[in-house]
Amino acid sequence: MTTETENIESLVNRRYEHGFVTDIDSDSLPPGLDEDVVRAISARKEEPEFMLEWRLRAYRLWLEMREPTWAHVHYPPIDFNEISYFSAPKSDKDRPKSLDEVDPKLLETYDKLGIPLHERARLAGVAVDAVFDSVSVATTFKEKLSEAGVIFCSFSEAVKNHPELVQKYLGTVVPQRDNFYAALNSAVFSDGSFVYVPKGVRCPMELSTYFRINAANTGQFERTLIVADEGSHVSYLEGCTAPMRDENQLHAAVVELVALEGAEIKYSTVQNWYPGDENGKGGIFNFVTKRGDCRGANSKISWTQVETGSAITWKYPSCILRGDNSVGEFYSVAVANNFQQADTGTKMIHIGRNTRSTIVSKGISAGRAQNAYRGLVRVMPQARDARNHTQCDSLLIGKDCGAHTFPYMEIKNPSARVEHEATTSKISANQLFYCRQRGISEQGSLQGITHGICRRSAESAQRQPRRRRRLGTVNA
Amino acid sequence: MLEIKDLKASTGDTPILNGLSLTVKAGEVHAIMGPNGSGKSTLAQVIAGHEDYVVTEGSVEYKGRDLLELAPEERAREGIFLGFQYPVEIPGVNNAYLLKAALNAKRKHHGVDEVDAFEFLKLAREKMALLGMDPKFLNRGVNEGFSGGEKKRNEILQLAMLEPELAILDETDSGLDIDALKAVAQGVNALRSPDRAIVLVTHYQRLLDYVEPDVVHVLSGGKILRSGDKSLALELEEKGYDWVREAANA
Ligand SMILES: Nc1ncnc2c1ncn2[C@@H]1O[C@H](COP(=O)(O)OP(=O)(O)OP(=O)(O)O)[C@@H](O)[C@H]1O
Ligand SMILES: [Mg+2]
Repeated sequence: MTTETENIESLVNRRYEHGFVTDIDSDSLPPGLDEDVVRAISARKEEPEFMLEWRLRAYRLWLEMREPTWAHVHYPPIDFNEISYFSAPKSDKDRPKSLDEVDPKLLETYDKLGIPLHERARLAGVAVDAVFDSVSVATTFKEKLSEAGVIFCSFSEAVKNHPELVQKYLGTVVPQRDNFYAALNSAVFSDGSFVYVPKGVRCPMELSTYFRINAANTGQFERTLIVADEGSHVSYLEGCTAPMRDENQLHAAVVELVALEGAEIKYSTVQNWYPGDENGKGGIFNFVTKRGDCRGANSKISWTQVETGSAITWKYPSCILRGDNSVGEFYSVAVANNFQQADTGTKMIHIGRNTRSTIVSKGISAGRAQNAYRGLVRVMPQARDARNHTQCDSLLIGKDCGAHTFPYMEIKNPSARVEHEATTSKISANQLFYCRQRGISEQGSLQGITHGICRRSAESAQRQPRRRRRLGTVNA
Repeated sequence: MLEIKDLKASTGDTPILNGLSLTVKAGEVHAIMGPNGSGKSTLAQVIAGHEDYVVTEGSVEYKGRDLLELAPEERAREGIFLGFQYPVEIPGVNNAYLLKAALNAKRKHHGVDEVDAFEFLKLAREKMALLGMDPKFLNRGVNEGFSGGEKKRNEILQLAMLEPELAILDETDSGLDIDALKAVAQGVNALRSPDRAIVLVTHYQRLLDYVEPDVVHVLSGGKILRSGDKSLALELEEKGYDWVREAANA
């Protein structure tokens, strides 16, 4: 039906193609975490005092916290002392000034990933701040951006060159104590991206970062902060991919978005990490805190995510709709196969008046995978005339997988209008077998059948007036 | 063409086929009869590669190759066709779309040019006319809302289009009216040739009146208990299955 869905279908059941390890000498800290490790990270990055203090505060908070257990996922306990908290390519010491100076092996890696950095960047007009094992090694299109006054750099550079901006906004959306993984990230984050778009500026190109976890046993702790000043506009694409591994790797990133009055931020993620093999071995544990703050009136934040990887995903990009008339959107497609477990969703917190949020979540589960959607819509007492529309569609392939929907609503203002629609469709093993018996490949069969389901549901939506299950609708 | 030796297969922990042997040569038509629940459909599904059934012992060779190593779609492209006892409905997927995809998957596999929409429609209309099927079925969802007999006719349409080397028809004759039965028989007879083989799973003699089998087997308790010529089918019609079982136990 939608191109979105079509692309997703073809991803189901595809073997992971990006499984290789680049042999670049890494400069890693020994495994384990204590205050000295936090100090060492900060020192190695030559950070100002305020940053070190901020990290240490986070570390102390983290010590007091417990790992969350409520997500609909199961995994062996993570030993946080077996993880190495810092790893940077050796070449970090003499940074390349241009692409020509970039370690050719690194460029090869990008090639294998299908990201010919310069080519794609030039053709697509995308500025790529390539994060490779936590440290940025190549940044392009800096000039064009700086002409517009846009700051797009690695987090470490931002700490050095724009400390006042970092200090002003860091942790104001996701505070250190927000949750276990956010606290851990705040203490040990190695690098990430920083974006600042000044007042009234439309960012001249889509900003893009390709993340890639490379060193074995290195947890990846990215920190991203995007600030859109009044009336500005920025679109950001995050892409992730990780090489095949035998041991599960931990990833705990934090993304903070701040939209001031009339500003708009669009944040898209295509996540394609190694999901583990058919038996659920290997793969990435992905615990990410992503939150956007529509701080000013008439601002807008939109999250789009395509989720096809990760052994375990725990992720809820959220919006705080603080400014009056602000808008939050969440569009998600999650494909889980084999033993993958995806627990994703969003939180929309309506605080300002006349705030609007839209949630569209599509989950496809195959094999023994479990897909859970967990959404919270909270309308605060002062949020007059808040509106939310939520739509969750699940597609199950075979009988051993599952989809779970957990919509939570907390409506504290009677003028709120909150709607929730949910559908579940199934593809049976016999339908698949029927097509395959006629000579059609497994992937082709899946695509065809999914197509059919979409077609029928589109037709029935046209025929009948929309069926709506209204939840939590209160009319004053 | 097909050589099954001592085949044992189960689903979950339940054994269904218990040491079944069967040889089908090119050019032959075999009929497999047997009581309900004896394992006829299971045999057909195992040959086609349904993953619900696990082969625990024995071997299946097809055209001299180990069939069990091939994925279901590879078996199909290599010429195995299963007419399902209960064809599944696939809502929203055009019958024509499935047929064309199936035909082209096979042609591609054999290095033959794929047919375009125009050639396909011409071919499909021809075959449908032969089978007395209304062309409007092409534009309906695969088996979606088809009557029992229409589903069976649709299987025969696919058979006629795909021209398999080994066709296994699992009770394709059940639930058909007289005209449809004749159409099915005609479809099967049209396929008969020295380099193809046909296995008919059936409960009734009436199909065999139109399609004369070379060999008739009785499958019971997951094994072939008796094989004979076409007169065996007549004998079964008259006397039922008990005497076969008693003879086998004696
Ligand atoms: N997927 C399955 N799960 C559990 N039991 C099964 C399954 N498939 C087949 N069986 C059992 O195996 C036995 C053989 O079934 P099968 O369908 O092969 O019989 P059949 O000879 O085709 O019968 P009929 O003449 O009624 O079509 C039956 O007892 C059936 O219940
Ligand atoms: Mg049967």
